[in-house]
Amino acid sequence: MRKTLLESLTHGPLTEPAPAPDEAGLAELAQSVDRAARARLGRSLSIREVDAGSCNGCELEIHALSNAFYDLERLGLRFVASPRHADVLMVTGPVTKNMREALLRTYNAAPDPKWVVAVGACAANGGIFAGSYAVAGGVKDVLPVDLHIPGCPPTPKALLAGLLALLQTAA
Amino acid sequence: MTMTLPRTTVTEQEWRKAADRLAAGENSLLGLWGDDGCVHMALLGGRDIAVLTYVCKDGSYPSVGAVHAPAIRLERAIGSLFGFAAAGSPDTRPWLDLGFWDVAHPLGKQEPARKPAPYAFLPAEGEALHQIPVGPVHAGIIEPGHFRFTANGEHVVRLEQRLGYVHKGIEQLMRGAGLEQAGKLAGRASGDSTVAYSIAFAQAVEAALQIKAPPRAAYLRALMAELERLANHFGDIGAICNDATFALMHAQTGILRERTLRAADACFGHRLMMDAVVPGGVARDIAADGPAAVQALVAEVRKVFPRLIELYDSTASLQDRTVTTGIVKPEYARLFAAGGYVGRASGRDFDARRMPGYAPYDELSFEVPVLQDGDVNARVWIRIREVEQSLALIDQILDRLPAGEISVPVPAQGETREGLALVEAFRGDILVYVRIGIDGRIERCHLRDASWFQWPLLEVAIEGNIVADFPLCNKSFNCSYSGHDL
Repeated sequence: MRKTLLESLTHGPLTEPAPAPDEAGLAELAQSVDRAARARLGRSLSIREVDAGSCNGCELEIHALSNAFYDLERLGLRFVASPRHADVLMVTGPVTKNMREALLRTYNAAPDPKWVVAVGACAANGGIFAGSYAVAGGVKDVLPVDLHIPGCPPTPKALLAGLLALLQTAA
Repeated sequence: MTMTLPRTTVTEQEWRKAADRLAAGENSLLGLWGDDGCVHMALLGGRDIAVLTYVCKDGSYPSVGAVHAPAIRLERAIGSLFGFAAAGSPDTRPWLDLGFWDVAHPLGKQEPARKPAPYAFLPAEGEALHQIPVGPVHAGIIEPGHFRFTANGEHVVRLEQRLGYVHKGIEQLMRGAGLEQAGKLAGRASGDSTVAYSIAFAQAVEAALQIKAPPRAAYLRALMAELERLANHFGDIGAICNDATFALMHAQTGILRERTLRAADACFGHRLMMDAVVPGGVARDIAADGPAAVQALVAEVRKVFPRLIELYDSTASLQDRTVTTGIVKPEYARLFAAGGYVGRASGRDFDARRMPGYAPYDELSFEVPVLQDGDVNARVWIRIREVEQSLALIDQILDRLPAGEISVPVPAQGETREGLALVEAFRGDILVYVRIGIDGRIERCHLRDASWFQWPLLEVAIEGNIVADFPLCNKSFNCSYSGHDL
């Protein structure tokens, strides 16, 4: 263990510079965030991730945000375990009918002000699963959505760019 | 493994006899699924796979689960999706249908859904027992499902799972879909196994149409499959240690996982390699600088990984959490025909790459690690050994990568065709059955994830362990929710 720890001190950090905030995301957010919310939140956001029916692909890339290359927390963004501690709900997947109520309850459990980020092609409009008897639709069909991050799944870079847009506008 | 289907329609007596042979351990259950007016059962005996069909009389068939427990959830799913009753089953509660759909049995005789009765969890009786309901929304960045624990103080007396929250109706969406669309759906059954699902779907289609992917495509598929296995095993090893609060390992394996995904991206233009495998071959050739990227990855892993293994093995506080925790006894692994590291950590020597086997693995040399202990530690070690095997396989694949075409045309056949495939994903074997109609569109496609036979064993593994060790056990299984719920 000592060798691994020492080596990580001597070679430089793996963490890469953060990408620029996503332009399209900034435009989408401009409408949904007001000054009062900014003052209250400061420069950090707590994120609660909710899988509302995804194939798990988006979760894998959201996980990657915490690895040494992207290191989300340096930017003031962190994932929390409870919606009670969350400013942002990050929702993936088409919303299945079986998850609709659980998603709504999670949303209601998060304190105001809060934002909803829909992650991935399925979260936008149901994607490849749209029209199924078991799918309620995209996230916007169930909750008010403040930002869409496209991709199948979005790369960690795309996720970061979207979240930075949120941070710039919200915090 | 691919085969054009020798599918046999059987009598009630023959169906029951097949169930008895499963119960006696002579065959393994590979799958049990519904179709138009009938149910199919896939069996593995020795090297042979057989599919039996029973035509449902009055919407019912003799329960296999009555004598062979691993069939119970499959039968409950058939009940919810098709409306066929498993006569004599010990458990007729719905499965996957949680009471939120507008239609009842959406793949069978569709009827307006009725208001469901409250779901009756299995009882556990005794003094001082309490229940802990968990989920569907869990505390981490993971998939949703419900766990109902009954505990006596810290000790779990019973765990019962209730799944189906991410049921998207994939098999219904596949009906009538063209091969391209159906392939994309198969590739999104479980995102962590997108390559394996795409290969399984492609092989089933190729078996049905009696075509063969060219050698170069077979090798490229195997390269993708081994990269996928590496990425997932790195993620799992780190996540298991992280659940024992050993974050250093999580950070280190996270780096290896990221490097693997970047190499995959460099080769095939997508980090998870989605939609890169298609019926007839692969959608794109490996990039010119792809092999160099993979070789650099392999060299880096060979440099770093042995040190991480040593770290895992020599950290007493970590070993204290993983050794003898969450034991799956070998007889259960055998009974449930559990695939992947869950089965192999409990003495079940099975790997679909080797037996029944498929190209190009028949030309490559690799070992299938098997352990007997069946605890969290054994499931970690199987992954460690499989990482080493995957590295050796990647060496061979890059060495021998044949030149030539990367795909063959997929012609319409003008008649109904059926095919079956059994493919080894990182988590275990995936079974795919496909029936293609005269118009070249999918009539029926069934995807059976390895998780179907692993989830029930998690209920057994946690019994008698403390609640705080559940995350560790759960992560060491890493069953798929989406691949199971579809």
